[in-house]
Amino acid sequence: MSDTENPGVESSQADDGNEPIPFWQNVLDNPFLLLFLGVTIPTVLYVIWGVMEIVTIPLAK
Amino acid sequence: MANAAVFRTCPATGLKIHRPAEALIKANAVTAVVFLAVGGFFGLLVALTRWPAVHLLPADWFYLALTAHGLDVLLVWIIFFEIAILYFASAILLNSRLAAPKLAWVGFALMLAGAVITNVAVLQGGSSVMFTSYVPMKAAPHFYLGVILFAVGALIGCGIFFGTLVIARQERTYKGSIPLVTFGALTAAIIAVFTIASGAIILIPTLLWSIGLVSYIDPLMYKTVWWAMGHSSQQINVSAHVAVWYAIAAIVVGAKPLSEKVSRMAFLMYILFLQLASAHHLLVEPGISSEWKIFNTSYAMYLAVLGSMIHGMTVPGSIEAAQRKKGYTNGLFGWLAKAPWSNPAFAGMFMSLVLFGFLGGISGVVLGTEQINLIMHNTLYVPGHFHATVVAGTTLAFMAVTYLLVPLIFQRELVLKKVAQWQPYVFAVGVSGISLFMMGAGTLGVARRHWDIGFADSLLSFDYPATAFLMMGLNGLAAILAALGGLMYIVVVVGSILFGKRIGEQPAERPAPVPTEAAAVGAYGSAETLSIPGTVVLVGVFFTAFVLYYFVNWKYLSEVWPLQ
Repeated sequence: MSDTENPGVESSQADDGNEPIPFWQNVLDNPFLLLFLGVTIPTVLYVIWGVMEIVTIPLAK
Repeated sequence: MANAAVFRTCPATGLKIHRPAEALIKANAVTAVVFLAVGGFFGLLVALTRWPAVHLLPADWFYLALTAHGLDVLLVWIIFFEIAILYFASAILLNSRLAAPKLAWVGFALMLAGAVITNVAVLQGGSSVMFTSYVPMKAAPHFYLGVILFAVGALIGCGIFFGTLVIARQERTYKGSIPLVTFGALTAAIIAVFTIASGAIILIPTLLWSIGLVSYIDPLMYKTVWWAMGHSSQQINVSAHVAVWYAIAAIVVGAKPLSEKVSRMAFLMYILFLQLASAHHLLVEPGISSEWKIFNTSYAMYLAVLGSMIHGMTVPGSIEAAQRKKGYTNGLFGWLAKAPWSNPAFAGMFMSLVLFGFLGGISGVVLGTEQINLIMHNTLYVPGHFHATVVAGTTLAFMAVTYLLVPLIFQRELVLKKVAQWQPYVFAVGVSGISLFMMGAGTLGVARRHWDIGFADSLLSFDYPATAFLMMGLNGLAAILAALGGLMYIVVVVGSILFGKRIGEQPAERPAPVPTEAAAVGAYGSAETLSIPGTVVLVGVFFTAFVLYYFVNWKYLSEVWPLQ
């Protein structure tokens, strides 16, 4: 497809192929890395931490 | 590479439109609107029952209607529409074919079957457990089964979205980074995966419990994991409607984000931290430590709030930059006065942005603060808050984008254009009233989910202040207005799809339904200006309101909880 057929291509920032891609752009361009982070962080900080606190509540005697 | 015959070219944007994706977008969007009508009807019944002078339904019907309202609008309408947005933001905006359309139809069928099964369970009367379905209240097994089927279907939809991103990259349908709107949809899809996984973790055992195969579900465990689904599902909405704000701003006025990098980092804040705000539902639970509560709300949540505030500045800022570029440079707000306010897509989007920020955002931070949460926890303030976020924010934004989807995807002109022009205003005023009056009643202590605030058949009498009754009456009036706005939307959308004039596929045959600058929606690129004085003033007003309201609540807390 030529650039004129695809308006999304015209102003792409990647036209200059010789420039190194910044670290954060690499991160943001990787949907599966973002998926991993977006599932892991709340799973650890909210679900696992919260569940561990509940299961360690001592039983009433 | 797919056969070219399965694509058409949009005359307005020049985007290649994959016909199977287009059919799926139509199916999901239409189903969403049907469930909005059903859920909105139940919502009106709830509001008329809570209006003490009307008190429409008996108690058992009230809880049935409240359950159906929550499920149909918080879950079914929103998620069906979001799946349509995911397909639009991937296949359409990336000029790509949709991954596995047949599997996408399986996902759609599962969602539809799940939604119908759960609605049947609720209407049968034995599952009036409300949206949260807290154990030990037990619904019929098919209530949980329906929600699980719906979630599996939605998960398939997310998988199709990720697959389409891969295909688009492999087939080089775009260069560089995906457009910002697609990135916002990616954020929504990521949060959706966490949401659905959390739902599976808690709802599958609850289904087994309801049929007797599991003997006990711990209520606190249920609440903790359920809210990872329940609140995160609303965070999908936030990400999706922010993406919709950017899309409408681009399509209608040709706005480019002020800075792609900054807007993407704001979405990254959502991906990393937004789901953690679920903890604010558990701030008064014994058994969970203050460390867990404070970290998840007062630290992590504020990073997500920072993301929202960035979007709250960059969306109007991008509109101001685009308007000033067109020559609307008169004074601080000439660009705003000359904005296309008669375009329901723009009007709905801008009011969604303002109401979400001022009503939903500020009240959300107040609810997420452990100390001041105590003065309105589990009161009507909570539904007041989320009607500002989910209805004034998400639903109004989704209604607004529908006015663009009808000509772009359904290829029909809008009917009843005057009704369409007024609709976002009527709906926004109604929903603002619902939100403000419920928050007012909640601040006066009125409990949420209560059939009768007069406690007429209670052994121990209790009187709320007379102002609380006034608030509930005004809430009822506002709900009628919002229902009228919802009805106007459904009449215009259904009427346009069925009877609207067809728009041809050749650009020369018909004028473009949207400006040619709409191509900005599928492009990467920043406005690269910070000359947005009007937006800076608006942001200043927002921060002033934020600080004042935050202070007022601390002052209020000091009065109800005096410390010597």
